[in-house]
Amino acid sequence: MIGDDVVMLSRLQFGLTALYHFLFVPLTLGMTFILGIMESVYVMTGKEVYKDMTKFWGKLFGINFAMGVTTGLTLEFQFGTNWAYYSHYVGDIFGPLLASEGWMAFFLESTFVGLFFFGWDKLTKVQHLTVTWLLAVGTSLSALWILIANGWMQYPVGAEFNYETLRMEMTSFADVILNPVAQVKFVHTVAAGYVTGSMFVLGISSWYLLNKRDIGFARRSFSIASAFGLASILSVIVLGDESGYTSGETQKMKLAAIEAEWETEPAPASFTLIGIPDQNGQRTGYAIKIPFLLGLMATRSIDEEVKGLKELQEGSLVRVKNGMVAYGELQKLRSGDHSDATKQAFAEHKADLGYGLLLKKYTENVVDADAAMIEKAANDTIPKVAPLFWTFRVMVACGFTMLFVFAMTFYYCATRVADQKRWLLRMAVWCIPLPWIAAETGWFVAEFGRQPWTISGILPTHLSVSSVSSGQLWFSIGGFALFYTVLLIIELYLMQKYVRIGPSSLHTGRYCHEQATTTAH
Amino acid sequence: MFDYETMRVIWWLFIGVVAIAFALTEGFDFGVSTLLPFVGKTDVERRVIINTVGATWEGNQVWLVLLGGAIFAVWPAVYATLFSGLYVAMLLVLFALFFRPAGFDYRSKVSDPRWRNAWDWGLFIGGTLPPVLLGVLVGNLILGLPFHLDQDLRAFYDGSFWGLLSPFALLCGVVSLLASSFHGALFLKWRTEDVIHDRATQTVAILGPLLLAGMVAVTLWVFIGIDRPEITQMAATDAPSNPLNKAVIAVGASWLQHFMAHPWMLLAPLLGFLGLILAWLLGKGTSTMAAFLFSSLGIAGILLTVGFGLFPFLLISSTDPRSSLTLWDASSSHTTLLWAFWITVVFLPIVLLYTRWVYKILWGSITEASVLKDSHTLY
Ligand code: HDD
Ligand code: HEM
Ligand code: HEM
Repeated sequence: MIGDDVVMLSRLQFGLTALYHFLFVPLTLGMTFILGIMESVYVMTGKEVYKDMTKFWGKLFGINFAMGVTTGLTLEFQFGTNWAYYSHYVGDIFGPLLASEGWMAFFLESTFVGLFFFGWDKLTKVQHLTVTWLLAVGTSLSALWILIANGWMQYPVGAEFNYETLRMEMTSFADVILNPVAQVKFVHTVAAGYVTGSMFVLGISSWYLLNKRDIGFARRSFSIASAFGLASILSVIVLGDESGYTSGETQKMKLAAIEAEWETEPAPASFTLIGIPDQNGQRTGYAIKIPFLLGLMATRSIDEEVKGLKELQEGSLVRVKNGMVAYGELQKLRSGDHSDATKQAFAEHKADLGYGLLLKKYTENVVDADAAMIEKAANDTIPKVAPLFWTFRVMVACGFTMLFVFAMTFYYCATRVADQKRWLLRMAVWCIPLPWIAAETGWFVAEFGRQPWTISGILPTHLSVSSVSSGQLWFSIGGFALFYTVLLIIELYLMQKYVRIGPSSLHTGRYCHEQATTTAH
Repeated sequence: MFDYETMRVIWWLFIGVVAIAFALTEGFDFGVSTLLPFVGKTDVERRVIINTVGATWEGNQVWLVLLGGAIFAVWPAVYATLFSGLYVAMLLVLFALFFRPAGFDYRSKVSDPRWRNAWDWGLFIGGTLPPVLLGVLVGNLILGLPFHLDQDLRAFYDGSFWGLLSPFALLCGVVSLLASSFHGALFLKWRTEDVIHDRATQTVAILGPLLLAGMVAVTLWVFIGIDRPEITQMAATDAPSNPLNKAVIAVGASWLQHFMAHPWMLLAPLLGFLGLILAWLLGKGTSTMAAFLFSSLGIAGILLTVGFGLFPFLLISSTDPRSSLTLWDASSSHTTLLWAFWITVVFLPIVLLYTRWVYKILWGSITEASVLKDSHTLY
């Protein structure tokens, strides 16, 4: 049996390192596009200030990019080091997606990033612009492939269990790529990246404007960020709603948990704005509800019902029992009984094999599970409600706050009075952390809400881990804690240093306190 | 033409190509970082050295990422068994690699000499530890690793980190480090002038004989002292992948007998030795490009030797030979191999083409004058 501490530590390590990677990813996604826009304006208008903007924001992007690469390497290794059984079990589907990401995205971004920084004098204007856009396309392609992989974990299509190789195997690459969950995930996440880039540029430009320095430079950056930001935040919200709708179709358990909907209500269900979910009592106290809203969001109709957790759990109970049968037939197949009757019986039940595997937590043999174990396994299929309920609301609150900021800045930019609205500039500075908070809580919702599965309905998390010891895990977690803390401090130090120096760091002689800068860079 | 058996062999070749591309490109990046604190004495000299690889190391590193991804896609069982079994070693490689992105990008952004010096040693670690550990890894692939699979095909590792550091494996680690440093010195020589160029030439002259001596030692050790397991019975080469459907005896023929049974395979070690001897002879003189190319051929020869020697094994188990993984029984499904094949056939040439273009644009000697001129944009 696999130790609970190993499972817990592996989850902790993966969760922390992935969340850490995603501190840098959204800024890369957003900044590359903003750089592309700025440089396009430069090439079209020929105004030097746009070139300076590309170079200065590019410097900040570079500091961030290095950390994105550092932390991405960890994740690439980690499937093998920490999720070995997972890697064996679904590598047939998961592996090619990761390899495609390497071929199509990582090479593109990593090869051209060098040319972006060092190619200014060696390329024509249009060539350099092309390089910048290739970089941007590379980062978004990277998001595309990894999110197809992640979407497959949430909603596994196009694959089937093979009893001869004891793992999942791909049946249709097209189904895997065209997975509807992957599509909404991709647009929502990439747009979240664009929001992050925009908020970053907007906030820092506002700070320059508040300090009345480098006005022309800051104002132009501000306008680009507010326009791009408004378009992006609108996409995030519309597409977030789309995510909710897709979850309603494909991941009913997650959606019900996010909404703390214990009972199936008559359609259309009401939306719980806020309340105190109580897992053991299976109810939500002090709930403030908005009638009809959940039903409309999740089903796009007024007469379909949204299933509550209790009803979904009863469904799980049936599937666990089916899973036991499937496991029993699989045992027969493995011991050499390849009769048609056995194959037939296995084929009928194999869709629920994963639910049978949930029992492995309680008994090695699965087929001998008693009623209490089956009950527990079915109970496990409900994720913990309170953390999901709250993190989701944090994300949405951040989203609407930013919608307000971008809408106002865009409006005042259009009416050319943005510089005078000091309250708004100050607010934009304070809002810089919001996109990160939203993105981190968003991932928490998506990943924690998938528990107890790594592959929904197919492979339970506690079976996915490697056969390593908790001592080894403490070694790696300690190492990550040390390296990541030091690196983060260094990164933040450099970021604030360059933000303070501002465009003067380009040494063009055009910007404020050009003489005052002491350091070579 | 694209049947399962053929696809398995093609993918064995492709993984070899990716591994060689990694060793050749990131190999010289590693080597340059290893030599950095020794060949560069002043800050400007060190900046010259860093900037010979500064603009392109990132793309080169993707070969490593891709090697991981491709093994995951094509031999999931190998990816799972190797990475989880060698847990501590893999994490040490990873931690060492952490020094590189930050080292290259952050070092010259602060002018304090202590800061820069600290990053120089960080880059040294990042360029030195990985080739040593990867060399140790290759040594252990030859010796066989202590692991077994249970009935669910879950992999268990039966050894420890210290168990990896046998004398033979350590020797392989040293040879690997010598090879990357030698290759790096030749690259440095090619892209610099004056002082650094001269010091790189001296380094080549010194490292060449050491590397060749190490290679002779490893070769003799492998051919004479190490046994190879043998498969006595297995499923068809196009059967579904299940490693436990075969029988293996722990001691078969020696490595030398394996090569003698297929004499054409001896071309690989020959290429390794000839390439590196010529690289050394030319490199300690005035040649730059030709020496570097020969060194590349030599390193490719070494990797081919390992691959041919192991064939058809991918991971040999020293404690439970039957659990050994081979290209016939540890591969992905036919569908996956086909898809991955087409993606590779399309994207490999594209990647090579634009990489070549980028190198062409950025090529040219890096000198102290050029570093000082672009002090604010270069690393
Ligand atoms: C939505 C986007 C996204 C997500 C969910 C992930 N990544 Fe990532 N990753 C990127 C978006 C990205 C990027 C934008 O392409 C990065 C971030 C910053 C950067 O430098 O490139 C990157 C860098 C990056 C690198 C370095 C690539 C290079 O050398 O250029 C690796 C190996 C990974 N990632 C691997 C992973 C793995 C295995 C993930 C799954 C757990 C993962 N990333 C999640
Ligand atoms: C970078 C963005 C991501 C973040 C922030 C993130 C976050 C998390 C978190 C918080 C957990 C822990 C959940 C828990 O155990 O309760 C987790 C687990 C996991 N995630 Fe993600 N994730 C990200 C992307 C991905 C992607 C793209 C994949 C796959 C392609 C993935 C695969 C996994 C796996 C295998 C686990 C471990 C098993 C599990 O606990 O479910 N993650 N992730
Ligand atoms: C304001 C309205 C928003 C709504 C209704 C919304 C909705 C959602 C939903 C339902 C999920 C879970 C998808 C799943 O089932 O796995 C999700 C995930 C996520 N959200 Fe949001 N979101 C909103 C705003 C934001 C904002 C402002 C950001 C960041 C700037 C953000 C970033 C993310 C990320 C990174 C994920 C994880 C990736 C994914 O599953 O797509 N969201 N969001």
